[in-house]
Order: sequence, then structure tokens, then C-alpha cells
Amino acid sequence: MSRYFTDEHEWVEVEGDTATVGITDYAQEQLGDIVFVEVPEVGTELEQGDDAAVVESVKAASDVYAAVSGEVIEVNEALEDEPGLVNSSAEEDGWFFRLTLSDKEELEELMDEKAYKAFVDGL
Amino acid sequence: MSETAENLKQLPLGGWHRGLGARMVPFAGYEMPVQYEGVMAEHIWTRSEAGLFDVSHMGQLQLTGEGAAGALEKITPGNLSALAPGKIRYTLLLAPDGGILDDLMITNTGHHLYLVVNGATKHEDIAYMQAQLPDSLSLNHLEDAALLALQGPKAGAALAQLVPDAAKLYFMEAGPFEWNGIPLGISRSGYTGEDGFEISIPAAHAVTLANALTDLEEVRPIGLGARDSLRLEAGLPLYGHDMNPDILPVEANLSFALSKARREEGDFAGAEQVLAQYPDKAAKLRVGLFVDGRQPIREGAAVVDDSGATIGTVTSGGFSPTLQRPIAMAYVPMELSRTGTAITVEQRGKKIACTVADMPFVPHHYHRKPKP
Repeated sequence: MSRYFTDEHEWVEVEGDTATVGITDYAQEQLGDIVFVEVPEVGTELEQGDDAAVVESVKAASDVYAAVSGEVIEVNEALEDEPGLVNSSAEEDGWFFRLTLSDKEELEELMDEKAYKAFVDGL
Repeated sequence: MSETAENLKQLPLGGWHRGLGARMVPFAGYEMPVQYEGVMAEHIWTRSEAGLFDVSHMGQLQLTGEGAAGALEKITPGNLSALAPGKIRYTLLLAPDGGILDDLMITNTGHHLYLVVNGATKHEDIAYMQAQLPDSLSLNHLEDAALLALQGPKAGAALAQLVPDAAKLYFMEAGPFEWNGIPLGISRSGYTGEDGFEISIPAAHAVTLANALTDLEEVRPIGLGARDSLRLEAGLPLYGHDMNPDILPVEANLSFALSKARREEGDFAGAEQVLAQYPDKAAKLRVGLFVDGRQPIREGAAVVDDSGATIGTVTSGGFSPTLQRPIAMAYVPMELSRTGTAITVEQRGKKIACTVADMPFVPHHYHRKPKP
């Protein structure tokens, strides 16, 4: 099991062919109080870079792009009633959706935890 | 001009905000605090305690000279000639075609008129006023003054600890005061729907006053994020979003700013176009919307009819921390403007059900003078 990060502040946890996607703690901190998360429908085929989800804070809406391509197989239903999970547990309970990876080579473009931390420290 | 870090101007309290850990953003050409601890917490604090806002980006102007009120009436629909010393009026700066160039507060200080205009429009406002007003009047931009707003149910009790006499003002009254030898112009007014004050102070003393106020247990600094969500709940329009030069006062639902005497005289800029819509002949109207579900709708989303055709626009939208639900302001066709009417908004291809709601969404709590 390994975790990847993007420069759009998403995390991708890979286990076999399945990836779980969310936004990082840094991202939730920047967005502030999250009041709604629009997740993709199960069955959606996402291409890397597609609009995958929308995070709404009190003030603004932010797009979440698909970090990797694949078919959405599960979404985090808990976010519907408790969007604040993204604030309180961005990198665990506040996950957005799971997909079946269609191109594992895309993972090679992503950062590992150490590289992402260095990226954030440089912002 | 893009608002890059290089060309952003600094306000007198810029360093003070950063010292408190504020997140700074570009706004109206300045670097300003959008939040400290978080929009939600700051919003709720202001509704229950007292919040201190730095609004020094706004334009503070002095109009001096004989006949200033009458001259200003040519470009605003407010009854300024009847404005008694110590009183404040909300009015609109109108273009020759009646379009709204800005909304502003005008105080009769007894010596001159003191105007507070929006930060993003202040330079255009000054140029327009200079062109429209007679040369016998002098318009002075108070660039060395900061402006602080203290807002919330405990604002009166908080300010009374520093300037006891200021707490005797009623809503829409103003006066000159002094605190530790520092001259203050204090108005009982604001942009949150709560009781509160706006305090004009020489820039050199702004940090001292901000510290003295936030040293009080009931006062916390509040950023622009909560300022926006508070004014949205209060049903107060934001210039450049809910009003612009293509919008006339009646359709903006600001008919209260057209005083009776001025309507009868009909001699202000754009009076013909403005009064043609009065009182209920506008084709569209700014209304409040309750949004079904939890997802906010945002500025720019389209109001659509059953066939999907665009019939209006959302001009402000967000999540109401007080009501814990999304709310918005939108322009809708007059025939759909009645409270309770079902409205459909389309956002990112998704249709969202809304209902026309009375504004304010959250009741105002102004400190009004008791009726005799």
C-alpha cells in the first residue's frame, strides 16, 4: 500500500488496482470550513485531469481534479451529512471516492509523501 | 491590472493583521485579511459577541462648501438637504442614465458632508463627483485615515469602555469623539445587520485603537470572509456583485433609497429611467433565495425556466453559518419575485431548486432610537 500526492493537493492511496482519493490536510486548511462536498457518481469514468469533485467552503467552491484515470467504484457517503470530516480528518475519514485504476503508469508522475512535504514547505 | 503581490498597496493595519496570523488576500487593490481563525467561527462570534473589521480600503471623503448637499443631490436620490447634523443616510451614486455607480453612506457633520464609498470604486467615484459637482465645492480624500468597524451585540458595551459617550449614539447617528487625545469620527452603522460602529481614526493611531479594542474579552478581529457571509445573511447588497452600472435602483430592490421628496422633484441623474421603474414596473428584481439541500450556489449561476433558458442570475451566494443552510441573492423576473416562489438555478450543469425568501435572512438588530 502506498500513498501519492499531487501538486493540486490531493492524495491517492493505492492498494492493488484500487485507489482512494482525497484532499490533503494542507488543502483543507487553505479552504477553511467545508460545508459541502460534491463527489462523482459511482460508475463515472474519470480521465486524469477531469473535474472529479467540488469542495464548497462558506465562501467559495473549489474543483478537485482527477489525479489518476479510472472508474469510480465507491464514494464517501459520510460526507453528505458531515462535510466537516474533510476538515477534521482530511487524509483519513474525509476521503472522497475510490476508483479502479485504468493506467497505473500515471502514478509515476505523482509525488511521494516526502516530495509533497517539500513542495508544501516551499509554498 | 492584475493584483499581484508587487502592486498591492498596504493598509495601516497590514502588519497588525499578519502579526495575528491572518491569511492575507488581494482585495480592491490592497492586501487584506480574509480570515484569522476561520470564517465560520468569526461569523458566529460577530453574531454573538463583537467583531473588529478593518475596512480602511474604503474611501473616506469630505465634501465642503456652501450648497454641498444640494449639489450632491444631483447625482444621488437621497434627501440630503434634509439630513440633520449628526445624522447618516445610505444612498446611491447614480450615472446620468440612472445606473448604480456605487452605494455610499453620507453623514452631515455640521461642517461638511462625510462620505464613505467602496474601496474598489473610490477613484472612479472621486473623478465622477469632481466632474459633476461645482468647482465652488472641495472634495477631500482622507487618505491618512483608517476605518475600523466594531460589530455585534456586545459592540456597544465594548466601545463604552473606551469612549463612553459614543455608546449613546443611535443607529445612523454619528459624531466626533476623542480617545486618549486621538480624534475619532464614530458612526453607529455597519454592514453585518448587527448593532455596531464604524470608527474613522488617523492612520498613525489605528494599531493602538485596534489593540485596545481586541484586548477586550468580547472583541475579536474578523476577516473579509465573515464580512461577506454576515452581510449576505443581513440581505445587504455588495457593490460590483449585486449592483453595477447596468442596474437601476428599483430593480436592485433599493427603492427605500429613493426619498419621497426627491422622487417628486425628479431632478437627480437618471431620474427619468429610475422613476420609470418605480414602484413596481421593473422587469426584474433582486431577491433572496433559500437553496434546497446543502450545496451553496454561487455568483454567476444562471436562473433558468422549465425549458432551461436563462431568465436571471445569481449575484451572491454562500452558506449561512447562522441558518446552517445555503442562501443567495439573485435577479429574477418580476413575476417570479414573490416570496415563496419556486426558482431553478443551474450550476455546473446541475439543476438546484430554490425558493424566493424574505430578506434579511437573519433579522437585523440595530440600536434604533425609540419612537417618541
